[in-house]
Amino acid sequence: MLKISLSKIQDLFAAIAADEALYIPADNAGQPQFMRWQEGLAMTDALNTVRSAKDFFFPQTENLVSFKIQGKSIEIVDPRTETEDFVVFGVRACDVRSFSILDRVFLVDPKDTYYENRRKHGTLVSMACSRPAETCFCHTFGIDAAEPEGDAVCWKTEDSLYIRANTEKGEKLLEKLRPMMEECGDEAVKAQQEKTHEILGKLPLNNFTTEKFDGDVLLKVFNSDKWKSLSEACLGCGTCTFVCPTCQCYDIRDFDTGHGVQRFRCWDSCMYSDFTLMASGNPRTSQLERFRQRFMHKLVYFPANNDGIYGCVGCGRCLSKCPISMNIVKVAKCLEGEL
Amino acid sequence: MNNETLIPKIGVVTDIRVDTPDIKTFRVVGLDGKKVFEHIPGQCAMLSIPGVGEAMFSITSSPTLEEYMEFSIKKCGCLTSWLHAMDVGQQITIRGPYGNGFPVDTDFKGKDLLFVAGGVGLAPLHSVINYCRAKRENYGHIRIVYGSRSKDDLLDYQEILNEWMADPNIEVNLTIDREQEGWDGHVGFVPNFVKELNPDVGMTVVLCGPPVMIKFTLAGLKELGFKETQVYTTMELRMKCGVGKCGRCNIGNKYVCKDGPVFRFDQLDELPNEY
Repeated sequence: MLKISLSKIQDLFAAIAADEALYIPADNAGQPQFMRWQEGLAMTDALNTVRSAKDFFFPQTENLVSFKIQGKSIEIVDPRTETEDFVVFGVRACDVRSFSILDRVFLVDPKDTYYENRRKHGTLVSMACSRPAETCFCHTFGIDAAEPEGDAVCWKTEDSLYIRANTEKGEKLLEKLRPMMEECGDEAVKAQQEKTHEILGKLPLNNFTTEKFDGDVLLKVFNSDKWKSLSEACLGCGTCTFVCPTCQCYDIRDFDTGHGVQRFRCWDSCMYSDFTLMASGNPRTSQLERFRQRFMHKLVYFPANNDGIYGCVGCGRCLSKCPISMNIVKVAKCLEGEL
Repeated sequence: MNNETLIPKIGVVTDIRVDTPDIKTFRVVGLDGKKVFEHIPGQCAMLSIPGVGEAMFSITSSPTLEEYMEFSIKKCGCLTSWLHAMDVGQQITIRGPYGNGFPVDTDFKGKDLLFVAGGVGLAPLHSVINYCRAKRENYGHIRIVYGSRSKDDLLDYQEILNEWMADPNIEVNLTIDREQEGWDGHVGFVPNFVKELNPDVGMTVVLCGPPVMIKFTLAGLKELGFKETQVYTTMELRMKCGVGKCGRCNIGNKYVCKDGPVFRFDQLDELPNEY
């Protein structure tokens, strides 16, 4: 375990940023978000960023391939240049876990090399939570907010930042920072963890569980008549899918630049009416069906294909952002009664 | 770029055949004049005109055809309209093959096969039928029941007449929806025609066509004593990636692009009816 005084945290950031891009959660007009660190940018005390950290590996839009067209001929160009190494600092336990869920989509054969390249170049430094919020339910998915995963993990106390490496990548980063930090025991961290666990135990969603959901109840949950009332007010705005750290559905589209065609990928949402629209028709014509698809995917389909792992990390973003206050907790609690 | 699934290869359209008023068949090779990749019957490929769009199409030709691949495509949307407007020599992009394909070398081996198709639904079956014809000794009796709106809408009609119907080792039954001048064959819808033909209930069935035709043909087959475990179909849903990641063709815990497009009806029973 290494420790540094919070008064020297900018020096720490400068040391990391000397060799690679560094991103930290910072305040952007009241909206916490990950920003590239430059001298003077302060880390926010906010619990979490408005958007998840998935952009770092699965950006909202990215060019996949370019085409140069001349008459009847086409030339195909891979637009990628080598990605620079980067560090994402201060990722919360829930968001760190989301990457092992995204890995199960993008890194299974055939691997998505765009995602894979960024994963290789990125180092994740997580930040333990000390004041989890009422919308938090990461413990439902076996995540300990006081002991996050990540290449390295930090704990922030009143006056100091404690850091420990979890992986080889983390070790490599810490090796560089060691000269400016001091070796220490883990007493202060243990004490903070104890307090955090106490808060976690009192959270309103402390007893929330999804364990009744798995692939075996697929048709039973799908055919429940509860979906009608649950989805009735859904606007189909897709906010839940955009702020969700594990939502990964995407669209591929072409853009004519005037001197060629760029084929890009962008986030998409199963909540949108044109998501499944074909020339021959649409298999999901109602918002009920689209709403059901999203929650079925997270609670039933994904675990059925992934050793029981749910497509949710309990970050609580959908709880606070949905304009009609509908969310996975309400949906799971309501449907649970059917099982 | 070999293992890049989202980066396509270039295909050259070397022949365009007008099959019906709304279906054309496109012959495609790579820049080297050879097939772009090998496939198994029932698999699909992503074709695209850059700037217009990309979509999944079943590979219509049999893998036993060594020189090129063919795609029979119905004009029904934006990309297909552009494809229909192409001239020979046009380059397109192609990636694949995608999907599981039909179990031609496993479950189908040694079986009597009944192919039932409606309209452009013959396109994905065309590949299997010609594969089975090329490896005739591996299969028992082969029977094809094919129907369309009119004689002019029958896909691959010349090949059906000159090759399939001339082949003493397969049985072909054609039907069209309504009476038409110059047609002395059967008139009526496919589901009823299948029931009238009363095929042997031991046969393995491959069924493809418009949803309503599939629904009633399956019901008719069940009345005749066929079980869902004997009947295969191939599905289509909106797709973007082709490798089970973009989320579009998700039905239950399956992805049509990767786990399908070929399913047995008993497998579909375990999935939500969202297709």
